[in-house]
Amino acid sequence: MLKQRPFLIETLTAIGLIVAPFVLPHLGFAPNTVNRILVWGLFGLGFDILFGFTGLLSFGQSAFYGTGGFVAAYLLTRAGFGNVLGALIIGMIAAAATGYLIGLIALRRTGIYFAMITVAIAEVFFFVEFNPLSDFTGGENGLPGVPTPSFNLGFTTVHFTNGWSLYQFIALCYFIGVIIALRIVRSPVGAIFSAIRDNPLRATAVGHNIHGYKLTAFVIAAAYAGFAGGLLGVLQAFMPPDAFTFDTSGQLVMQTAIGGRGTLFGPLVGATVWLFLQDFLQSALGLGAAWKLVLGVVFVLLVCFLRGGIIGGLADLYRLLSGRRKRSDAEAEPDTETTLHLAPAPMQAKEVAHPAYSGPVLKATGLTKRYGGLVANSDIDFSVNQGELRGIIGPNGAGKSTFFKMLTCEIAPTSGQIVFEGRDITGLKVTEVCQLGLTKSYQVNQLFTGLTVRQNLTIAALAELRGKFRLDLFRKLSSVKGLTEQVEHTLALVNLTRRADTPVAELAYGEKRRLEIGLALATSPRLLLLDEPLAGMSPRERVETVKLLKSIARGRTMIIIDHDMDSLFELVERVTVLQEGKVLLDGTPEEIRTNAAVQEAYLGGVHGEIAA
Amino acid sequence: MISWPNLVSQLFNGLALGALLALISSGLTIIYGTLGVLNLAHGAMFMIGGYAGFVAYQYTESFILAVIAGSLFVMLLGVAMERVIIRHFYHRPHEDQLLVTFGLGICFVEIIRLIFSSQSQLVPPPAIFQGITNLGFMFYPTYRLAVVGIVAIALGALFIILYRTRLGMIVRAGIEDSVMVDSLGINVYRVFMVVFGIGAMAAGFAGIVNAPVVSLTPGIGDDILVQTFVVVVIGGVGSFPGAILGGLIAGEIISVTSMFNPGYAYVMLFAAMTLVLVVRPHGLLGVQGRE
Repeated sequence: MLKQRPFLIETLTAIGLIVAPFVLPHLGFAPNTVNRILVWGLFGLGFDILFGFTGLLSFGQSAFYGTGGFVAAYLLTRAGFGNVLGALIIGMIAAAATGYLIGLIALRRTGIYFAMITVAIAEVFFFVEFNPLSDFTGGENGLPGVPTPSFNLGFTTVHFTNGWSLYQFIALCYFIGVIIALRIVRSPVGAIFSAIRDNPLRATAVGHNIHGYKLTAFVIAAAYAGFAGGLLGVLQAFMPPDAFTFDTSGQLVMQTAIGGRGTLFGPLVGATVWLFLQDFLQSALGLGAAWKLVLGVVFVLLVCFLRGGIIGGLADLYRLLSGRRKRSDAEAEPDTETTLHLAPAPMQAKEVAHPAYSGPVLKATGLTKRYGGLVANSDIDFSVNQGELRGIIGPNGAGKSTFFKMLTCEIAPTSGQIVFEGRDITGLKVTEVCQLGLTKSYQVNQLFTGLTVRQNLTIAALAELRGKFRLDLFRKLSSVKGLTEQVEHTLALVNLTRRADTPVAELAYGEKRRLEIGLALATSPRLLLLDEPLAGMSPRERVETVKLLKSIARGRTMIIIDHDMDSLFELVERVTVLQEGKVLLDGTPEEIRTNAAVQEAYLGGVHGEIAA
Repeated sequence: MISWPNLVSQLFNGLALGALLALISSGLTIIYGTLGVLNLAHGAMFMIGGYAGFVAYQYTESFILAVIAGSLFVMLLGVAMERVIIRHFYHRPHEDQLLVTFGLGICFVEIIRLIFSSQSQLVPPPAIFQGITNLGFMFYPTYRLAVVGIVAIALGALFIILYRTRLGMIVRAGIEDSVMVDSLGINVYRVFMVVFGIGAMAAGFAGIVNAPVVSLTPGIGDDILVQTFVVVVIGGVGSFPGAILGGLIAGEIISVTSMFNPGYAYVMLFAAMTLVLVVRPHGLLGVQGRE
């Protein structure tokens, strides 16, 4: 729908902003209230990119709101700087720079640590503003006398003074803010933001430098906050010190959650509800100071029962009403999945960095992993040749998964060395190794659960096409060269083309399993590790998946762990048997099948054929 | 400018503040360690403890009864909060847990503001701890010395619960690996309820013990919450010894810096936190695990 009408949201926003001054007065909104809502909305655009899209809940946005506001206000009131727009932009840059420095510290940790650190940081800013810097910030008096903007157009001077006149200026700022935010959200970087929110571990594993992207989101949020803070000063003709208080951050968080996170417009809706209720409860109902309690209760109820906030709730309602018909249409379609499934051409692996290289693709020597006293892997020597299909078997606890984790550099070996295509990768990060062309599909699905199948594969493919970090914030996703082809191709390979626009949460288990493999495939690895790709599948799904694995094996080196030996022996050329963290044996499936030591390892000394 | 008695008395102030922070942070950290929920309403628990004690004191005129009533009330409040709301959030993302506890904290503060107004309320210290004590080289308010003792006893009690009882063993095991504890057939949800109650009580107890030192206002918990976060980050999330060490460090930093310039107290606190994050990202006594 968005693709069909590319400027729908922008157009609707513009119409809404133009119509607002004619409609809102009749609903009891004073122009000043509307301006305030827009400032909160602009503040929230950046915050929603950070929280709603990237999943980083910061309680410290007041630090950047205040920084931007006071830098702009200081320039305009004390430093004799005449250009209001220029001051706002300098304030924004100052806030973004502060955000960069703070982000370096706060983003050292994730989750609740991040939340706690941002709270602490915001508090520091509040105290610094009040005391050490009070000569510049006016301390508790704030900075009065912030001028309003005027623009000399040569033939006439446009001056935005207050009320609806100032609204035009603020609305324009908000509109530009929306356009920029939409561009960011729809860019490759935006796609990676939501990947970080949904599954940071996998976003790292498919080859994105998520720390860089998190810092980007943090700086974007700080820049929006800084500009909005400057506007607050312009709006009030006074820069209030309480912009720096924890309450400011808290109000922003609450408004965003009330309006709906991850929607960009949530903070605007939330601010509207907040300011309207504040007015309404205080004056119309005469509740006095109790208005905040009512809002607090509303907020708690929304978090409990309506996670998507007001916009999310409306979207669900719309889907409920319009989606029924669509679903019945889809069900009427005949199930052609099995009949139409033609094997697509094998996908090209990543270009070899140095084609002259001809030794083993992977060579591990003396690989050992100890967890305290427990030795998971001990002195493993292992090598795989170009184009080989290798199986790894071993009883539970033999150290197969640990071995894989060391090969993909998810965990560092205690000792030993790993060489991939002649290059020592020991001690590298999982992201870098994936960028080199070595990745893994996980034993337990690691998908981006909130996104569709296509979006999942897009994120993986982007890592290969763009490298681990790139700031193409304003580029359209569709203009990334080769992306569509790669995603379509992977979809066809893992036989999910028909499910491309289905959210992951609605997939059947077998389909999720195929997507898991698809995520690894979409990064075009030259060496693909598969950790129990058949686990938990029905016999029919196994047959299909074995077929899939055969088709992707062409032109690629693969190592497969699985317990389903019949399927595995059918697939691979050689098998390595691990037992108690050591290599027990290495040979062709035939040799393994008849080997007495292997039978002993599995069956505890009872001789006979291995039961599958 | 800096006299020795002044410095020593500030060090004592730091000790008293640090002991309080240690107790509050212990509550926060065992809740987080066991339940995986960061309770942003923890500061409100501290505040409500103070007010509950204040009300009990008005009726009984007994400080000891006030402490008991205040702690018990907050414990029950914590249990109720866990039963009614928090338990529905164990399987929801961290952000939702943060949002809901943040919202509850605001509701608690506003309810108290509605009942008691924003004016500050005074709880006098108990008669035996009134006045000042001659320490030989300086005079020091008796009650502040008593606070250190009272809080030390409370921390000792918490230590015994955590390290000498079956419940404590489960809690500590849960901090290491909650999935494992769950699969051992222990009813973790009942443990969660009790832990939430104890954690809240630690804050509530601190709230009423602190009430005679500073006057009560509805917003008193907000600053404490922020300081508690710093303590937990410095000490290491989920670590009881870490909370105590972090509490004492934070208390001394705030007090000693305040002697030179109160405006820099938070800056120094923040600098210490940053230093710890850079040198030991998991906190001084924290372990790599829960995040």
